[in-house]
Amino acid sequence: MKSWSPYVVGVGIGILSWFTFLTAGNALGISTAFEATAAIAEQQILPDMAATNPFFEKKLPKIDWGWMLVMGVFVGAFISSKISGDRGSETVPPLWAERFGPSSMKRLAAAFVGGLLMMLGARLAGGCTSGHGISGSLQLAVSSWLFVAIAFPAGILTTYCLFGRKKQSHV
Amino acid sequence: MFDPTWKLILGLLSGVAFGFLLQKGRVAKYEVIVGQFLGRDFTVVKIMATAVIVGAIGIHALLPSGSVALHIKPALWSGILVGGTIFGIGMALLGYCPGTSVVACGEGRKDAYVGLVGMMVGAAVYVFFYANMSLLAGAMGNGGKLTFPQLTGTSPWMWIIPIAAFLITLGWLSRKRKPQLV
Repeated sequence: MKSWSPYVVGVGIGILSWFTFLTAGNALGISTAFEATAAIAEQQILPDMAATNPFFEKKLPKIDWGWMLVMGVFVGAFISSKISGDRGSETVPPLWAERFGPSSMKRLAAAFVGGLLMMLGARLAGGCTSGHGISGSLQLAVSSWLFVAIAFPAGILTTYCLFGRKKQSHV
Repeated sequence: MFDPTWKLILGLLSGVAFGFLLQKGRVAKYEVIVGQFLGRDFTVVKIMATAVIVGAIGIHALLPSGSVALHIKPALWSGILVGGTIFGIGMALLGYCPGTSVVACGEGRKDAYVGLVGMMVGAAVYVFFYANMSLLAGAMGNGGKLTFPQLTGTSPWMWIIPIAAFLITLGWLSRKRKPQLV
């Protein structure tokens, strides 16, 4: 099957969170691994900067459980999409093309800027859709419910700014 | 530099399951994420709400036995306000969240690969300017590792049961409605 019911997937992720809490003492989260990778790279490329950067006094970036989790997510998605033939080869998603035209450059520039902002925001807030949105919410964390209450409306507003005038334009 | 091997393997296996589930959930598709923000497609909310209910029941049932511990992120108020806003803007532009970007890469989506490069640059900017970033995140104080039950001195079930009941009712009501065409 190409896709499963969202409720089945949600139950699966919920049970997976029991498993990660029980076996590794960790919650599902993605963005910390990006921070660790960037920190290790900066330590190698700019050792002088790293020597004076308080980041390295506070945190010890390492290849850990969470880093391997991200690798696993890639592998799992690859296997799943291969098995069901649900591969995405197009550079410009149809909904984007409908609004902004077929230009790959335009789409890729937006993807780059979007990715940059999203990760910067995730690190400032201390988590992302997984770490705050799922793991933090299920633990009834105040920080995580606040994150969802802010990030979701920000996404809705931005999307309406991007797509809201769809009917008026290109007529 | 490295976690012990058994922990790395556990991480990889958990990730494979997570990636498989997210791929099957169709959330690594631009149309689904943006469709959620536009209110046309509720796949993201359905998956997240179900995962939160099931996860919350299990974790809080296990908690008294001592076999699990909570991992709460601190309430750094301005970090969450500013970070959450920037996060939402970035996610709407990219059309994937951090986890589903990785899933979309696994599906072979080229825009997700470029998004991933942007994410690495974003993480690098955060680390490089960490001193300023942590000042900004803590500018409105740190509420600490707070949960709603702690804050109010109530049982977690006083929260989980009403939240689950509310979300299940919402899911039930939306099920009765005819599927909306985009």
